[in-house]
Amino acid sequence: MNDKKKIKVLVCKPGLDGHDRGAKVLARALRDAGMEVIYTGLHQTPDDIVNTVIQEDPDAVMLSILSGAHNALCPVIMEKLKENGIDDVLVSVGGIIPDEDIPFLEKHGLKGFYGPGTELKTIVDFVKNNLKR
Amino acid sequence: MDYSDLIHNLLEGNTRAAARLITLIENDIDIAEKIIHAIYKETGNAYILGITGAPGSGKSTFISTLTKTLVSQGKKIGIICVDPTSPLTGGALLGDRIRMKENFSLKNVFIRSMANRGQLGGLSRATEDTIKILDAYGCDVIIVETVGVGQSEVDIFKSAHTVIVLMVPGMGDDIQAIKAGIMEITDIFVVNKMDLPGADKKVADITQMLEMNMNFKYKSEKGAQEYAKIAQWTPEIVKFNSKTGENLNKLLGIIEKHKKFLEDTGINASYQINRIKNETFQILKHKLTRKVQQLLSSNSTIEEYLKLVMDKSLDPYSMANLIIKLLGMD
Repeated sequence: MNDKKKIKVLVCKPGLDGHDRGAKVLARALRDAGMEVIYTGLHQTPDDIVNTVIQEDPDAVMLSILSGAHNALCPVIMEKLKENGIDDVLVSVGGIIPDEDIPFLEKHGLKGFYGPGTELKTIVDFVKNNLKR
Repeated sequence: MDYSDLIHNLLEGNTRAAARLITLIENDIDIAEKIIHAIYKETGNAYILGITGAPGSGKSTFISTLTKTLVSQGKKIGIICVDPTSPLTGGALLGDRIRMKENFSLKNVFIRSMANRGQLGGLSRATEDTIKILDAYGCDVIIVETVGVGQSEVDIFKSAHTVIVLMVPGMGDDIQAIKAGIMEITDIFVVNKMDLPGADKKVADITQMLEMNMNFKYKSEKGAQEYAKIAQWTPEIVKFNSKTGENLNKLLGIIEKHKKFLEDTGINASYQINRIKNETFQILKHKLTRKVQQLLSSNSTIEEYLKLVMDKSLDPYSMANLIIKLLGMD
């Protein structure tokens, strides 16, 4: 029996973006790094995501967005998390995030911004080193 | 936040408190003990449904459909989905929520994914305690989905009132594969994906298998009280379509019938006793294992015993007896 604290991560695809190869590869990599990974599937609304965070109580949320809707979706998710008193969860967004959008997203408390070509180890280390609890 | 504050909030129906407490229970058995101690009086009201079946038999979709109906009846539902932990890395991929995308509101449905963290039997160490948290949280029905089962993942039988096993047409081998374990603990067989060819044959296969099980039933009627539940109840078989909800009312009727059977025969009460016994045994096992491990790693006498066993002047059984003496438990 293993009672050691496990890092629990939620991997999400918000919005109408239907391509989740990246999210699946990431989920697999985090799993292989010994984390418990929940993947919720495509087309999640900000409310879906926040509800899942409340129930599953993960240490980190990894959003994967390729559709260009990150500036619209991410602030809403962050706002709703705050409304529910959730401030100790690492929230990261990756996928296709243009450099010029990063300062805006950072202002809303997001981190990461890893895109195609990133080594999986980089993301695994990022999660391990940026947990808020 | 301190866990006593969380318990206070849990009893007021706070969702986030329930979630945090489950995390604490999963990660630390010493805190789990304190939490359960504090909430135990508030538990025992929920009806527990165990859902099990081979990987891909449609457990998550089935639960989603069932939950939608139960919610429409005004019930509050808790769902615990257990998935396997990798024996190599300790990681896990929990994907049951993917197929539970009905727009359930936070107020009526609480879904929690869990990794089994290496525990055999189809559940995780924390599952039983998580059921208690959701019970105290106010869930009327708690649905527990086991990991996809093979042959002996039968722990759900000890935790649930009603055990539902999902089968699918065309998987001819699965009856064969599960005849010794799952077959014996099932209250209701659901032949899921009934629109696929072979559903009627599957029903016939199960019927035949149950008839062959009469021998087992006869034996258990004479003896073990803990098998009273299986001995007196003849499992029902229902064809089902999780996508369309076909035969849903029939299924709900059978669940209700089984619930009434447990109450009317008084089996429910004796079943609770067995459940408590089993749970206490598991806790004892865990505590004693830890005690033994502590002793083995700290006591220098053990080293001497080991040398004696190496010299063949002692054998492992005798060494075990000496260790029991050291523990003061002989």
